[in-house]
Amino acid sequence: MSYSGERMLLSSQRESRVSRFRFWVMLVVPLAALLFQIYVPLFFRFLSFLDLPLLVVIYLAVMRRNPVTGLLMGAAVGLAQDSLSKNPLGMYGIVNTLVGYFAASIGMKLDVDNLTMRLLLAYFFYILHQFLYWIMERALLRHLPPFDWQHWLVLGILNALVGAALFHFLDKLRVTA
Amino acid sequence: MESFLNRYRNITVLLLTILAQLVLLSLQVKNDQDVRFIRLWTVTAVSPLAKLVDALRGGSIGFVRDYIRLHDSDAENRRLRQEVDRQKLEIVFLKNQLNTADRAGALQLFQAKIPSKTLPASVIMMGLGTNSMVFVDQGSLSGVMRGMGVLTPDGILGKVTTAYPTSSQVLLVTDPEFAAGVVSGKNHARGTLKGYDGHLCKVDYVAFEDPVEPGDWFYTSGDDRMFPSGFPVGVVKSVQPGQPFKEITLQPSGMARGLEDVLIVLDAVHQEIPDTPPGSQPVYVAPPPPAAGDAEVAIPAAQGAASGTEADRLKAAYKASGDAQGHTFGDDAPHSKPPDFSKVPGAGTGPAAKAPAPANPAPATKDTAPEQKRPGGGQ
Repeated sequence: MSYSGERMLLSSQRESRVSRFRFWVMLVVPLAALLFQIYVPLFFRFLSFLDLPLLVVIYLAVMRRNPVTGLLMGAAVGLAQDSLSKNPLGMYGIVNTLVGYFAASIGMKLDVDNLTMRLLLAYFFYILHQFLYWIMERALLRHLPPFDWQHWLVLGILNALVGAALFHFLDKLRVTA
Repeated sequence: MESFLNRYRNITVLLLTILAQLVLLSLQVKNDQDVRFIRLWTVTAVSPLAKLVDALRGGSIGFVRDYIRLHDSDAENRRLRQEVDRQKLEIVFLKNQLNTADRAGALQLFQAKIPSKTLPASVIMMGLGTNSMVFVDQGSLSGVMRGMGVLTPDGILGKVTTAYPTSSQVLLVTDPEFAAGVVSGKNHARGTLKGYDGHLCKVDYVAFEDPVEPGDWFYTSGDDRMFPSGFPVGVVKSVQPGQPFKEITLQPSGMARGLEDVLIVLDAVHQEIPDTPPGSQPVYVAPPPPAAGDAEVAIPAAQGAASGTEADRLKAAYKASGDAQGHTFGDDAPHSKPPDFSKVPGAGTGPAAKAPAPANPAPATKDTAPEQKRPGGGQ
């Protein structure tokens, strides 16, 4: 497994490769990400900026290159996050659904094995995730969260970096043809 | 459908998934008015549809209702028109009944008032080809004879020209062939009444020197042996000087209220010719009620006022003066001393008699004493 460092866009559909994962991977990896999200910050509070469930969704959606799978994965992970938070069920669910869908859709056009692309995708979808959640809070919860875009940009970079490493790790779990 | 879903499978699944989660959210989240979003969205989504359905229902039902109402209103309009027509007819009928009752009452009163014997009758038809002849419903079986006069409370109407067993033909005063003797009430100018043009009458044979003016009333004179004297005939409309007779046009009064109910004169009794028009004859007005202290003088005053005319009152004053001097009128021997009438108040001052009130003819008598004792009587 090697990152292609020359091209970011695929010239044809045939060049895109659908990564396959075992079922337990599709199940355990999101659960592990959720567990990390709720457990690790208890001991390492500074790690609370990480959004591992989101990064897992982005990765699985991009690599699966199937919007339906991506959105279902996003929905499942998002609802699980909602269940473990004080938010009403559906807040993270809707946002992650949209992220999973768009990630899968974009992943079909891009060379998702490219490192830079992975960084950009992780960064972009993290920002998108934050923005959508901000809108959802305002629209549905009638909250007035601050539009802290600078904070988002910084955290986006951090998550993108962590995501790139995570993606590299998850690549090990792909089913080789 | 299947191809559509296959083609847009991804976006469809996305929308369904988001929708499902939105529903999930709406089950939990409440707005600032503590209303769950599921309820808010449901109501918001359903309300316009309900309004639309209600508008359609209201419109259709309103249309049907309006149609039915209009249909009913049309029928009701027809019914109301019929009702109005019926009411109008009933009003006319009742008015006629009322007029008939009024006329009958007036006729009955008039019949009881006049001394002549009369027979009530009703006009049942007009004569053909003329407006000056009618038929009444009383005939020879009721005692009607040719030549009898026909009256109304307002004046003479005509005369019976033919008496049939059950009806009679009456020639009206406006017919040129009609004639009757008349006399004016004001100056007693005599003449002959004749019909003129079917609506008016004229009085012939009134000498040019007789003073007759428009507005004067003419009455029956009784000379024609048909009408008793003293019944109104009509009022003078115009007077034209002529030689040797005046040309007098008369508006007959007997038909003033139409031709409905009449009286046929069976037995004529003559009356005095009134000197005032029928409509302006004096009306009796009772004296005002006396005060409490006047009760005692009211009685002798009433006794003394038994006679009504000025001559009667003057006669009573002289008689009282004679009685006071012990004079018996009609029994004195020749050359006996006549009573002294110089003390009669008003004697020798003319008939206008600034004389004492006849109600108090004998001030010296005891009967008048209470008058001087009355409170406030000058004592």
